[in-house]
Amino acid sequence: MKLNGAEILINCLKKEGVKHIFGYPGGAVLHIYDALDSQEDITHILVRHEQGAAHAADGYARTSGKPGVVLVTSGPGITNAVTGIATANMDSIPMVVISGQVPSPLIGNDAFQEVDAVGITRSCVKHNFLIKDISEVAITVKKAFHIATTGRPGPVVIDIPKDVTINQMELEEYPETIKMRSYKPTTKASNRQIKKAAELIANSQRPILYSGGGSVIGNASKELREFTRLLGFPITQTLMGLGAYPGTDQLSIGMLGMHGTYEANMAMHDSDCVVAIGARFDDRITGNLEKFCPSAKFIHIDIDPSQISKNVVADIPIVGQTKQVLQALIEELKDAKLVDISKWWSQINTWRGVDSLAYKKKSGVIKPQTVIEMLYEVTKGEAIVTSDVGQHQMWAAQYYLFDEPRRWINSGGLGTMGFGLPAAMGAKIAMPDRDVVCVTGEGSIQMMLQELSTMLQYNTPVKIVNLNNRYLGMVRQWQEFFYEKRYAMSYMDALPDFVKLAESYGHLGILVENEKDLKPALIEALKQKDRTVFVDVITDPNENVFPMIPAGGAHCDMLLSGRDEMVSKDETDFNAV
Amino acid sequence: MRHIISVVIENETGALSRVSGLFSQRGFNIESLTVAQTNDPSLSRMTIVSTGNDRVLEQIVKQLNKLIEVVKVSDLTSQDHIERDLMLVKICPTKKDNFDLKQLVDVFSCKIVDVTDKTYTIEISGKTKKLNAFLDTFDPASILEVSRTGVTGISRGKKLI
Ligand SMILES: Cc1ncc(C[n+]2csc(CCOP(=O)(O)OP(=O)(O)O)c2C)c(N)n1
Ligand SMILES: [Mg+2]
Repeated sequence: MKLNGAEILINCLKKEGVKHIFGYPGGAVLHIYDALDSQEDITHILVRHEQGAAHAADGYARTSGKPGVVLVTSGPGITNAVTGIATANMDSIPMVVISGQVPSPLIGNDAFQEVDAVGITRSCVKHNFLIKDISEVAITVKKAFHIATTGRPGPVVIDIPKDVTINQMELEEYPETIKMRSYKPTTKASNRQIKKAAELIANSQRPILYSGGGSVIGNASKELREFTRLLGFPITQTLMGLGAYPGTDQLSIGMLGMHGTYEANMAMHDSDCVVAIGARFDDRITGNLEKFCPSAKFIHIDIDPSQISKNVVADIPIVGQTKQVLQALIEELKDAKLVDISKWWSQINTWRGVDSLAYKKKSGVIKPQTVIEMLYEVTKGEAIVTSDVGQHQMWAAQYYLFDEPRRWINSGGLGTMGFGLPAAMGAKIAMPDRDVVCVTGEGSIQMMLQELSTMLQYNTPVKIVNLNNRYLGMVRQWQEFFYEKRYAMSYMDALPDFVKLAESYGHLGILVENEKDLKPALIEALKQKDRTVFVDVITDPNENVFPMIPAGGAHCDMLLSGRDEMVSKDETDFNAV
Repeated sequence: MRHIISVVIENETGALSRVSGLFSQRGFNIESLTVAQTNDPSLSRMTIVSTGNDRVLEQIVKQLNKLIEVVKVSDLTSQDHIERDLMLVKICPTKKDNFDLKQLVDVFSCKIVDVTDKTYTIEISGKTKKLNAFLDTFDPASILEVSRTGVTGISRGKKLI
């Protein structure tokens, strides 16, 4: 049977088990849309902006663990998607993006809606392809899914010229497996390294486990729990790692880094053995590298060799999947005699006593922290929470304790405002039975508002909690601290009436101006199982995110809310952090 | 430290831009880069000369390995190796150049490959230093044009990349 390139493409996607595609049509992909129309296995979600498609596919992938699939047209279609692709790339999210391209004979001629998609996306994808002939369609799709989902996952772009989708050929068997001589992601860790690490772990006096996104993406949550409990070590998690180890557990000492807890950062600073598990010593984690963990030896477990010894030189590098490395370490340490670390724990508990997340309530204003605490209570800590970027993101990470992986969905690496809403939509499509809440700010939400329309069309009931402080709060906070309170362009004037806005998109809107109305509003929102509800909460415009590591500071120099004054310092100095 | 890095990569369009893009994106420097197909037409070989300390070199090698189309990466400078740079120079000797060109050609074991009434074109190959030394023997004003390939290299003995 002869099929055209578009039909072959859709066939390949079915073979890959694709159930949902997030996309937006245009000239170069019309044949593909035509092929999509005549089948029922794959549901296409028509977003309102291609960036939304990429974020939605990303949220879908983060919650389900399956690769997200995006379909966009050439030119502006793919350029609009770039922010979403870069977001997925920074956080190692498996994604396959199919972009239309102008017909092959026109490539390079500045044709209508032509951009060099492969060139533009090259630096923000795991890999990309330009298909030159219909015979390459199947093998390229196979490779793309293989690359996107194995090793350290990431987005892969397939650029398909229109003529390739029109040409016809005999349908061939879709390859079951694929071997690439140039791509063999290391998975099995070296035994010698495991033994060395086990020895260091068993002999450490002040150990700490530092777990990151690799524990979530690598589905290593079970092993991480077993490992941590076997050792009885304190564990801190990065913004990307939250939930792999339960946040409510006694051994969990909270998030670390710039806005991490006092106990987590102090323990990092004083530790003699840091076990990094699928984490990459990002600058938001380490602060000033020169003052970072002055007395620690580092064991670094990562699937991507290039992460090891990039920022911090590892004493014992272990290249491998977090899941398998942890299994091997558990096996190795099962019967090991560990050093008694009760003194270390009592030190940590003293730091815990500082209660670094405490904040002062003020009558007449709603504290943003309270909103998150109440959301936690109302959802019993079981919701999937997506967030945008800013202060609200930090508060959500600090005050909503995640006990399971893949419940906390945020743009950690790129820090993309606008991520939250489409990601929530994607999450809801992946997990229709779960409550999905998008914690956002009045700045961020306006970057992807149009997806409210998609959410009505596909009935993806999400709860939006807008921490409306009338400021680009995170920007305002830095201006307060480092620019002598010159608030240049951080004030949001002329905000829309979010309740009416939600209603005009066919959703429910609730305005909350007094703390007493907060809980009932959240309960009501969650009760509306089949409706998207926009809860616009007017919060304290002057609240700042604490704790915070100050200018050029080390982990032990944290500033605490209400207890330390942030003195204005030069931001260039702060950049060292 | 100067390093000569050999990269075997799938001979696909865009392979070169992936490598050069990586270097500029991550701020690694490139002193020279040569590329051509190998005996296996499906593979290309690049030779990159870069400078950096051990940690930078480690990152360069790891980041190159991370490129999906890269099959093999090897730091030639860490092993016994042969390196060659090829240069074509067009000169028009001035009064300051008081040497015998034939003799110079013998000393540097190079070849005069083209002559006109005013110019000589010389072909010379060897290590970068030798090529530089050759250029240094001339009055700068007499050197009209230089075209160099950049370094290519291979390991000594039976060892393969
Ligand atoms: C697309 C994009 N543009 C700019 C920024 C820089 N930025 C980081 S946080 C922030 C303010 C966010 O404001 P809002 O969404 O209201 O959240 P708040 O900090 O007030 O909670 C800005 C502008 C960004 N992260 N992403
Ligand atoms: Mg705000």
